[in-house]
Amino acid sequence: MSCRETQELLHGYVDGQLGLVRSLEMERHFRECPACAREYENLRGMRSAMSGSLPYFQPPAGLERRLHARLRAKTGAGRFAVPWKWAAVAAMLLLTAAVTWRTALVSHRPAEILAEEVVSSHVRSLMAEHLTDVPSSDRHTVKPWFNGKLDFSPAVGDFPDRGFSLAGGRLDYLDGRSVAALVYHRRQHVINLFIWPAPEQADSEIQITERQGYHVLHWTKSHMNYWAVSDLNARELGEFAGLVRTTD
Amino acid sequence: MGVPGKEELAQFEQAVLPHLGAAYNLARWLTGNDPDAEDVVQESYLRALRFFPGFRGGNSRAWLLTIVRNTCYTWLRRNRMDDVTTELDEEVHGLDNITSNPEAVLMAAARTDMVTRALEELPMGLREIVILRELEGMSYQEIADVAAIPIGTVMSRLSRARARLQKLLTDANPTGARA
Repeated sequence: MSCRETQELLHGYVDGQLGLVRSLEMERHFRECPACAREYENLRGMRSAMSGSLPYFQPPAGLERRLHARLRAKTGAGRFAVPWKWAAVAAMLLLTAAVTWRTALVSHRPAEILAEEVVSSHVRSLMAEHLTDVPSSDRHTVKPWFNGKLDFSPAVGDFPDRGFSLAGGRLDYLDGRSVAALVYHRRQHVINLFIWPAPEQADSEIQITERQGYHVLHWTKSHMNYWAVSDLNARELGEFAGLVRTTD
Repeated sequence: MGVPGKEELAQFEQAVLPHLGAAYNLARWLTGNDPDAEDVVQESYLRALRFFPGFRGGNSRAWLLTIVRNTCYTWLRRNRMDDVTTELDEEVHGLDNITSNPEAVLMAAARTDMVTRALEELPMGLREIVILRELEGMSYQEIADVAAIPIGTVMSRLSRARARLQKLLTDANPTGARA
């Protein structure tokens, strides 16, 4: 990749909007070209300084209420004020009941069902060409990307010298909630590592299962769930899990 | 088309009320003050309710912000012609009305103020892209949809906006520390 192309795509790269292949080409170029690498660092520095300093203006108190009143005046709803209010209360109660019931249903999902879900997610990520939302081998790009998208901050490790290199991250959905998915490469194999909070669980050893030809490893550490899945052999995937488990 | 019923209103509110913060933030950045931002937001929601039957589901935030953006432009065209007609391709903004103040640079509040002023200095067409990207975290595709421009233009506008911001910030902060 030339310096000109790199310059043209620099903002797309910083914003995590290039595909995996392009991003890796950019990173190779940065390693070879100090001038472009400096420009990238500048831009990244400026962005991170700015992102903390840009105010997000909050709507004034009462705007939602005023808005609701104006919207209702425009609809048929306003003419049946009292029954509608009761209907709303009833709907609210029903909704609360439904949510409670659903939460009770999903909170203690057995590990076997979760393992199936994890494998399906892995397969889906490989098929749909939607492996990463933020394609980058730089963990300082991947980790902050999750800010504001999740209610927790996943630890993002990278182990290139051990042959497991970070390729990016994306949002996924498991166990009835949004989770962090980190993508790693080992030779031509892809590893998906899913992370989400497990507030009430104690630390556990790494457990291994096999599903549809994939190895699935699971452990809990520091009140976080970890699920690693890949077609990689069990020994190497175990080595990967060990690395993740010992780094924070 | 008839008056929307209460079921439709409920559906509408469920889809777009969660994005009130995003709508207000965008309107506030584009109009530059609170009363105008509130007017624009109220008008946007009323418009959105009218257009709601045509909304096919999906990305309700992008859909709503498209309406907020267009309402802002209409509103500003009616009230403040200058803001809207500023040419994007010309260096029309003087850079000298941000005073240097090295002592204050260290203070976070001052920096917020400086970044805010620098962003307010940008023409609307650049400012809105920065807001959608940096504060809403939207993808280039989403920004392209909201602002009705091609993805390539999103990237080139971002690049121009950031270059200008960097210049405004370094000019305002000549001690050399990165803003």
